[in-house]
Amino acid sequence: MKSELTVNGRKIELDVEPRMSLLDALRDELGLVGTHAGCEHGVCGACTVIADGEAVRACLILAVQADGLDITTIEGLAPARGELSVLQDSFCETHALQCGYCTSGFLLAATVLLRRTENPSRAEIERAISGNLCRCTGYTQIIEAIELAAERLGHRNTNEPEGAA
Amino acid sequence: MPDGATNTGIGASVKRVEDKRFLTGKGNYVDDINRPGQTYAYILRSPHAHAKINSIDTSAAKSASGVVAVFTGEDMQVGSIPCGWQVDSADGTPMREPGHPALAQGKVRYVGDQVAIVIADTLDQAKDAAEKINVDYTPLKAVVDLRDALADTTLVHDEIETNISYDWAIGDKAEVDAVFDGAAHVTKMDIVNNRLIPNAMEPRAAIGDFDRASGEYTLYTTTQNPHVIRLLMGAFVLSIPEHKLRVVAPDVGGGFGSKIFHYAEEAITTWAAGQIARPIKWTAERSESFITDAHGRDHLSHAELALDANGKFLGLRVETAANMGAYLSTFASAVPTYLHATLLAGVYTTPVIYCNIKAVFTNTVPVDAYRGAGRPEASYLLERLVDRAARETGLDQVDIRRRNFIPSDAFPYQTPVALAYDSGDYEATLSSALKLAEVDGFAARKAEAAGRGKKRGLGYSTYIEACGVAPSAVAGALGARAGLYESAEVRVHPTGSVTVFTGSHSHGQGHETTFAQLVSDQLGIPIENVDISHGDTGKVQFGMGTYGSRSLAVGGEAIVKATDKIISKAKKIAAHVLEASAEDIEFAGGNFTVAGTDRSMAFGEVALTAYVPHNFPHEELEPGLDETAFYDPANFTFPGGCHICEVEVDPDTGTVEVVSFTAVDDVGRVINPMIVEGQVHGGVAQGIGQALLEGCSYDEDGQLLTGSFMDYAMPRAHNLPSFKVATEETLCAHNSLGVKGCGEVGAIGSPPAVINAVVDALADMGVTDVAMPATPQTVWRAIQTAKS
Repeated sequence: MKSELTVNGRKIELDVEPRMSLLDALRDELGLVGTHAGCEHGVCGACTVIADGEAVRACLILAVQADGLDITTIEGLAPARGELSVLQDSFCETHALQCGYCTSGFLLAATVLLRRTENPSRAEIERAISGNLCRCTGYTQIIEAIELAAERLGHRNTNEPEGAA
Repeated sequence: MPDGATNTGIGASVKRVEDKRFLTGKGNYVDDINRPGQTYAYILRSPHAHAKINSIDTSAAKSASGVVAVFTGEDMQVGSIPCGWQVDSADGTPMREPGHPALAQGKVRYVGDQVAIVIADTLDQAKDAAEKINVDYTPLKAVVDLRDALADTTLVHDEIETNISYDWAIGDKAEVDAVFDGAAHVTKMDIVNNRLIPNAMEPRAAIGDFDRASGEYTLYTTTQNPHVIRLLMGAFVLSIPEHKLRVVAPDVGGGFGSKIFHYAEEAITTWAAGQIARPIKWTAERSESFITDAHGRDHLSHAELALDANGKFLGLRVETAANMGAYLSTFASAVPTYLHATLLAGVYTTPVIYCNIKAVFTNTVPVDAYRGAGRPEASYLLERLVDRAARETGLDQVDIRRRNFIPSDAFPYQTPVALAYDSGDYEATLSSALKLAEVDGFAARKAEAAGRGKKRGLGYSTYIEACGVAPSAVAGALGARAGLYESAEVRVHPTGSVTVFTGSHSHGQGHETTFAQLVSDQLGIPIENVDISHGDTGKVQFGMGTYGSRSLAVGGEAIVKATDKIISKAKKIAAHVLEASAEDIEFAGGNFTVAGTDRSMAFGEVALTAYVPHNFPHEELEPGLDETAFYDPANFTFPGGCHICEVEVDPDTGTVEVVSFTAVDDVGRVINPMIVEGQVHGGVAQGIGQALLEGCSYDEDGQLLTGSFMDYAMPRAHNLPSFKVATEETLCAHNSLGVKGCGEVGAIGSPPAVINAVVDALADMGVTDVAMPATPQTVWRAIQTAKS
């Protein structure tokens, strides 16, 4: 079955089996292996991508259902090649990742949060990442990273943190 | 940062060099790798916990669309998956090690046991074909519960005529019994250490590859120790000589022990790749991980502590049944014995200890090391017992510990259970933790919580662990079937940059940063000029890998040994060029200087001289600047510390909230404080997970009831508090860095602190014990039982 979608700003035409998940399509058809399979039942958040502005689990959508969607994966998060977004940089700053496997999912979930909420409270951050599992960090440093990114984006005094987050 | 440290050297919180690839999706995990001509494997697994296989009909599967091959145990006649540590029973008989086939041979012994591999051009084709395999099973009665298994009425392995692999003991039972007879007080407890499922976020994966032209096999696998896998699989299972077998462990998404072991899928994909001469990729689905990754813990103990009238510990006796699951996994036999029973002195001067361990087979997934491996079981047992003893004798929780601490001037300290601690200061970590946790204000906080209808409790754990299992000769005498050294090659390139090859492996620990800091510091070169290479037996000299918090204490020390050799040789080269004697060359800040002069050569100049040896002491030295070292430690290292947990319990619902968690650990010298803090956080999170959330559960037929993230509660962000962590340093006495290891302290120290806090909160309601995981239901029941 065919579907047309936008991935990291590029128009893509997929021709895949109806049973293929968006996750498998991203990884196996498009070679975007930064999106990871953690549970394949929508509970761990490792495969989180942004679809039309929403954080969604790529393992729970069929590729053909993604027809017409605008998808951002981890590969499309940095503002330019060789650079890091404010959030990515904050993750490095506060040691918010260890093995790195769950990291893309957290970054994309937190990116959506920061686009919507300028100064999220700890409770709001916890809620935004409540669908994401990390076995390495104990979450404290991830929460600190998101707080730091929010602070840095706020200091920029810009009305439009979307692109930068 | 200590005085004199650079901003990238020892003691600096250097940002991790590995982060950028992970933050941009450029990590390279096994499932990200694809080989030309690759096929995909699906492994058909047993749906029964115990069954006889009468026949397997694969004909329909073999002729299904896209299928390349189907193999069963009948096809794969290879060696048994070995156990890496032989433990002898107290009567001298060696442990019983029934065969552990990669693909089932006539019987299956747990749900998830491998029955057949289906290889096809796509994974969907392999899965579809697997549906067409007809396995004729005769289900047999399964033995799942440890107590049932001890009764030996149903056997997991008929051929050994018992479910007990070994019946081991340490200590003089008669001597300990005599002490109990004369004790003023004896505290007794039955203690369960709950079974856990490790759940690294990256599921296990393996790609087997075979090059027909060279006859060389390559296995890409999610392991913590590629050389160990090459040795175990090559020498014992598949009989592939090591020069024809390369094992690659690229980026690995968390291990926590569960990726130490040699798993059947590694052998199956490698062997089958040789059969079909095409690469084969297998990646576990999460539901497969739940039923095939080695589980952790699962101890059932009875423990008794004898005290004198002053609260001094006189003796300890422990009987433990340890669940091994259906087969002996790689390190399983060592966990309850040499990593558990030998830790039972804890941080206390208990003069005599006896511990008996029965290792028991059940029809469940094999059980092996999981973060802490044996030591969390020991600390939980001991710290729960001490907590109870204080309550029974009316002593304060801090006071009873202080009365029994090994004093800081008593090191080296020989315990009655084989280990000799080299250094420590338990009063220092305790008093630091008391301040950090603001224990002085607890009474007021408790009163305030009571006003809101909440029960507030404070729990302590003063624990010890043993890291970096060593030395090899002693481990060998105790049954280890491998050495426990680590290796490093420091390869200086002609223009002075350096590649370090380490036999240890990073799967989240940040070796690429910590080790680069170390080398930058030792050689006085910028950290950007140092690259750390690991995880590929085709590149790296033989090494033992990463587990038991050994990477820095053993692997880091090997790097120091190698850089020492580099510096020694470089001094001779500099002496030759500078026309001085090597004894007069001083090395500091990356420069080789003739003492008392301004004649000097930079590190890079010496490197270039070594590789362009025009003006070079050829009669004394070979060209080049490339040194290898193997380091076999003289002893374990002994991190320890104090964890204090403060909880609030809702007595109406049984809900426990961790309101504050304080960890003050002595991990020896700290190279990168930021990374150490992260390791402690992660360990504590897993410890709180064990204490409050995680419990693996089987039904009586051996079906795993907690087989998904919907059923097995992993800690999420809202379950955990912000942690207050700090370190106190006493230096390891037998390595030059003074380092001890930090990967497991969190998981070892924290569970008893949490449960002691829950018990403290509910003590005035008559609750004396709460089992792990202390879920609302468990806590509520404990409250109701105490009421009635």
